[in-house]
Amino acid sequence: MTTFGVLQIVLYLVVLILLVKPLGAFMARVFQRERTILDPILRPVERVIYRLCGVTPDQEMDWKQYAFAVLAFNFLGLAAVYVIQRVQGFLPLNPTGLDAISPDSAWNTAVSFATNTNWQNYSGETTLSYFTQMCALTVQNFLSAATSMAMLAAIIRGFARSGDNAQTLGNFWFDLTRATLFVLMPLSIVLAFALVSQGVVQTFDSYITAPLVQATRDANGNPVTEQVIAVGPAASQIAIKQLGTNGGGFFNVNSAHPFENPTPFSNFLEMLAILLIPASLCYTFGKMVGDTRQGWALFAAMLIIFVALLTIAVWAESVPNPALSKLGIDQTASENQDGGNMEGKEIRFGIVNSALWATATTAASNGSVNSMHDSYLPLGGMVALIMMQLGEVIFGGVGSGLYGMFALVIVAVFIAGLMVGRTPEYLGKKIEAYEMKMASLAILIMPLIVLGFTAIALSLDVGRATILNPGAHGFSQVLYAFSSMGNNNGSAFAGLGVNTPFYNVLGGLAMLISRYWLSIPMLALAGSLARKKTIPPSAGTLPTHTPLFIGWLVAIVIIVAALNFIPALALGPIVEQLMLK
Amino acid sequence: MFAQLRPALMILALMTIITGVIYPFVVTGIAQIVFPSQANASLIVQDDQVIGSARIGQSFDDPKYFWGRLSATAPFAYNAAASSGSNLGPLNPARAAAAQARIDALRDADPQNRAPIPVDLVTASGSGLDPHISIAAAMYQVPRVARARGLGNAQVQILVVRFTEDRQFGILGEPRVNVLQLNLALDVVK
Repeated sequence: MTTFGVLQIVLYLVVLILLVKPLGAFMARVFQRERTILDPILRPVERVIYRLCGVTPDQEMDWKQYAFAVLAFNFLGLAAVYVIQRVQGFLPLNPTGLDAISPDSAWNTAVSFATNTNWQNYSGETTLSYFTQMCALTVQNFLSAATSMAMLAAIIRGFARSGDNAQTLGNFWFDLTRATLFVLMPLSIVLAFALVSQGVVQTFDSYITAPLVQATRDANGNPVTEQVIAVGPAASQIAIKQLGTNGGGFFNVNSAHPFENPTPFSNFLEMLAILLIPASLCYTFGKMVGDTRQGWALFAAMLIIFVALLTIAVWAESVPNPALSKLGIDQTASENQDGGNMEGKEIRFGIVNSALWATATTAASNGSVNSMHDSYLPLGGMVALIMMQLGEVIFGGVGSGLYGMFALVIVAVFIAGLMVGRTPEYLGKKIEAYEMKMASLAILIMPLIVLGFTAIALSLDVGRATILNPGAHGFSQVLYAFSSMGNNNGSAFAGLGVNTPFYNVLGGLAMLISRYWLSIPMLALAGSLARKKTIPPSAGTLPTHTPLFIGWLVAIVIIVAALNFIPALALGPIVEQLMLK
Repeated sequence: MFAQLRPALMILALMTIITGVIYPFVVTGIAQIVFPSQANASLIVQDDQVIGSARIGQSFDDPKYFWGRLSATAPFAYNAAASSGSNLGPLNPARAAAAQARIDALRDADPQNRAPIPVDLVTASGSGLDPHISIAAAMYQVPRVARARGLGNAQVQILVVRFTEDRQFGILGEPRVNVLQLNLALDVVK
């Protein structure tokens, strides 16, 4: 690793850590309806919304009502995205005259954006009109992220509230509106302007035609003398797709595109935006349960795994590809070049910023990319796979990452309790059979979907037909696709042709199951916890903010994933690594 | 429970207006005033004619020009309307074949040059539109370009240095050379 590489990673982590407390504290105030600096502007807007929508923010919901509201809202959103794609040919803001999207592709994209996955089966600049990008995709970027944050706020209230009348978890419409207006919108506006200043395009004009400096030839040998440069209102969408752990790009190659991510500074901001909210929510959690040490403990566990896997990824991508070394290519890092595995990477980012992005985007369930993961060396690609297969709990999606981590925390305190023979408890709440059932449901359905659907795809001709790369890497491509959709991540080994009816339909199903089969049991768990009396800590209580517990949680996270996925990894990246010489 | 359908519909409608219409329009409006060049694709204009974008690479294979990264866009390289990476796995024979073809082309155009070829010249970029090459890749091509244009190596090197961008703020990213801008400057010289 080069000196500048280490410096950039340290800078990134330091800035991230410094922002956790201020933003986390702010979000706690937002969800607890305390006074914030944005109140003078946003409170009136908020009140108008509640009045028009017939929402009484004080009217609290129990977990079932909350879950119903989430489902109703998300399915309406899904329907809207589907319909807009199907009729975009008749809608305005379509300067290049793009036609309707096919039903299976529209279904996949609709599920993808409503579930905060943002799996990209489409190629933005060649298929989606500006109207679709804005009124379907950008909207769901906000709302699916706000939905996750709202559910997290509700689940945290389950931990924080104590007994008696506490049947309820809050009001979904209140949480949703506040997450959008107070958190996502202001951050997006700031980030969007910063990105435009770096050269991200933001225009409603049509694509630009310009003559080429040197004429070239296309695949059929016909002369090409001019280029068409795709543009659009990109910055506004990129800002929220990074902040809301969405990840669906404006352009086909996502943040590898020079108009989506033009400079190293835009890259730094976009990477920061990936982890900013999920990391800060750890502090929000601590604040809302009245013990910030609990939030820092979860943050520390996530950071430990993040740094460990990041180190592997950077190292794996810095080594020369033996297949190119044989050809006498210079792949060593020097003053004048970064070297390493440059296939699928951009010069302005180099190895470190590509590997750092890949680790962050798969740790959080963001899924945007600034380099092509498919072309990573086997161990580098494996880091991305593992990050997703951990269940998107290393920071994870905004909201969903932390409540996913709660499931593992419950398992960790339960096992610890069994080992020392005490009743397990977390934050003063007894963990009993019902909580363990819900946590197990949330944890176990994901590997079933990922591995089961991978097996189905590989045993059918339609699943194998669109694999680009031969051998073990082809297996990795399919495993990656379902690891990504089955964890609402959205990044891809993009060589796999996924815009087929088979992958669109099955993938849509995977995204739906993984989204709601995680969140609804967690809401149920929170509903059950809310009813329980909080027991004051005693000498027999296992403290959950100590280094010992952090280490224990890290071990549980890794063991659960390892038991599920090591056999599958052995068939893909591990075999490939052994063949590399 | 069905009482929740009204807020569901209404909030979706209002939020579509706020996040899907007002937000992008406000950002576009202000961006067009404050950052007009950046927001409109950082175009390079010569004699009132748009001749490209400073951020989007173009395909070059004439010995008198510097060449950029390989590009996997279809149906021709550096198609700025259809970005794409190669997505070839590390062991895919097509990857070695693409590299070999580029090596042959570079050697044919400059048979005397026996230096090892920098890796970015034989690999496809992630976007297929990468406007940059490494300094090493530019230096490797200096003798060929100088000879094809009848210029001195030093003269071309000065231009390379002029279009070299350092790490941003001295720390972020990698040093790099903008191929299109360098080639346009060469055409001005000769």
